[in-house]
Amino acid sequence: MLTNEHIKARLTEKFGEQISNFEEPYGMLTFEAPKEINLKVLNFLYDDEELKFRFMTDLCGVHYPDKKGKELAVVYHLHNLVDNVRIRFKVFTDIDQPDIYTATGLFSAANWMERETYDFFGVNFVGHPKMKRILNVEEMDYFPLRKEFPLEDQTRIDKDDEMFGRGGNN
Amino acid sequence: MSEHHIKLPEGSIEKTTSTLNLGPTHPATHGVMQNVLELDGERIVSTEQTIGYIHRAFEKLAERRPLAQITTLTDRLNYCSSPLNNMGWHLTCEKLLGVKTPKRVDYLRVIIMELSRISDHLICNSIMGVDAGAYTGFLYVMQYRELIYEIYEEVCGARLTTNMGRIGGFERNFNDIAFQKIEKFLKEYPRVLKEFENLFQRNRIFMDRTRNTGGISAERALNYGFTGPNLRAAGVDYDVRVHSPYSSYEDFQFNIPVGTTGDNYDRFLVRNQEMWQSLSIVEQAFQKVQDFKGTEADVFHADVPEYYLPMKADVYTKMEALIYHFKIIMGETEIPAGEVYNSIEAANGELGFYLISDGGRTPYRLHFRRPCFIYYQAFEELIKGYMLSDAIMTMSALNLIAGELDA
Repeated sequence: MLTNEHIKARLTEKFGEQISNFEEPYGMLTFEAPKEINLKVLNFLYDDEELKFRFMTDLCGVHYPDKKGKELAVVYHLHNLVDNVRIRFKVFTDIDQPDIYTATGLFSAANWMERETYDFFGVNFVGHPKMKRILNVEEMDYFPLRKEFPLEDQTRIDKDDEMFGRGGNN
Repeated sequence: MSEHHIKLPEGSIEKTTSTLNLGPTHPATHGVMQNVLELDGERIVSTEQTIGYIHRAFEKLAERRPLAQITTLTDRLNYCSSPLNNMGWHLTCEKLLGVKTPKRVDYLRVIIMELSRISDHLICNSIMGVDAGAYTGFLYVMQYRELIYEIYEEVCGARLTTNMGRIGGFERNFNDIAFQKIEKFLKEYPRVLKEFENLFQRNRIFMDRTRNTGGISAERALNYGFTGPNLRAAGVDYDVRVHSPYSSYEDFQFNIPVGTTGDNYDRFLVRNQEMWQSLSIVEQAFQKVQDFKGTEADVFHADVPEYYLPMKADVYTKMEALIYHFKIIMGETEIPAGEVYNSIEAANGELGFYLISDGGRTPYRLHFRRPCFIYYQAFEELIKGYMLSDAIMTMSALNLIAGELDA
């Protein structure tokens, strides 16, 4: 049985202090690494005879505007299908230079998920075969899921939306 | 050349291949998506998929909605099996909030989830028939999807975008008509499915159209992040219901059908077998629900007043119920901070919800892992070198649902 403690020990043995912030929210081992070594970590997790994290379940971005120098996060969810263990691996990057190495060489699944992350958050995946928007129009010049774009205030009254029950004279 | 002539793009005279636009609206795409195919005669040289035509920014919208209001967004992901998405979302919330549901709720959910799986697979398989030129099967089974929708209607009042269930259970107990309809379905459906199977399974034309087209090896499928019937058709027996059971799936006996070649025919067979398995699960769950006696037979939600909306009669007469009612409606319920990933086996594969809560009234970030979005990127690899007509079959065998693709 592959336990979280064992994965943690293997990672610390290989990367030492570089892997940090081990947590286990709701039982899933979570950790982060500097963005320069994200591929090394993913490769190690993939190739290691004991770890075998060879299935990429999910990849997505998160924006934390208050974390200086670590505004954007890319979160990988990996799955070891043999021992049925999942882990969550995070990489943070500066929003002014959001370059992260692509995982497409290792997982074909990462291709569109990285494009989606670029589309929403503007994370630039270095080495990606086709780094362009996927869901939004290509002419769009901002990254909509960043926190500086709030959704419309539902209580606003300046908009003439009478047909839909707001604004006007009611 | 006079100005009335159409100007051809540079190099288009010398070109030996032709470009074909398949979609965004085309009868064979069964949804809004575009494929720009480069054809050499009828053989596909390369293709480029364009998606996003019905992108509605659900992940952004979810960031201002309290948990209970996000259920309506999940309806619109895979709209052929909305209840599955709804249940997946409720299970995610329950995991975050630490809500434990009673057994009867779990079994009722299993009934609904498996019925929606059947309705989803039914559509996919019969549409495969339609694309191969056999309309009969589609029209024949449609009345049983109708029956499933009638069951939804009895349970929650809606048919397509169901918004079914609440955090902790269902909004109301299943009524007698719902149980009668489930019983009717269990009684009549096996004969129909058998007949549908007879129409297609060993049909020469259908087999010729689907075998050895759109195949993928298990290794490539895993690398592409395939899940669900499409992965199982390639021979990998990964099923979330078995690997990480939720909603008491461990109490049921069922098999996971797997294919060998991962081609369109195998996908058809896997989905077909899954319908039989789902039918057996519904039967078992129906039996288990009937076995509850006395007060246990009336349980349809967990006892979590802080998350579950109280009865309207209580709101007018009891102080506590009024307070909870107000807090839930205004979205002022206490939500713990934390991050949770929860997934269920939806009709197309692993549907995951990655929810980050900072303790505020709405999620800080919500990400949907949509199985459809992830496996559609393999489409080019699946159809390269095949005929155009094979691409059409592959598209319907993958069960691409635009709502899930674009979110």
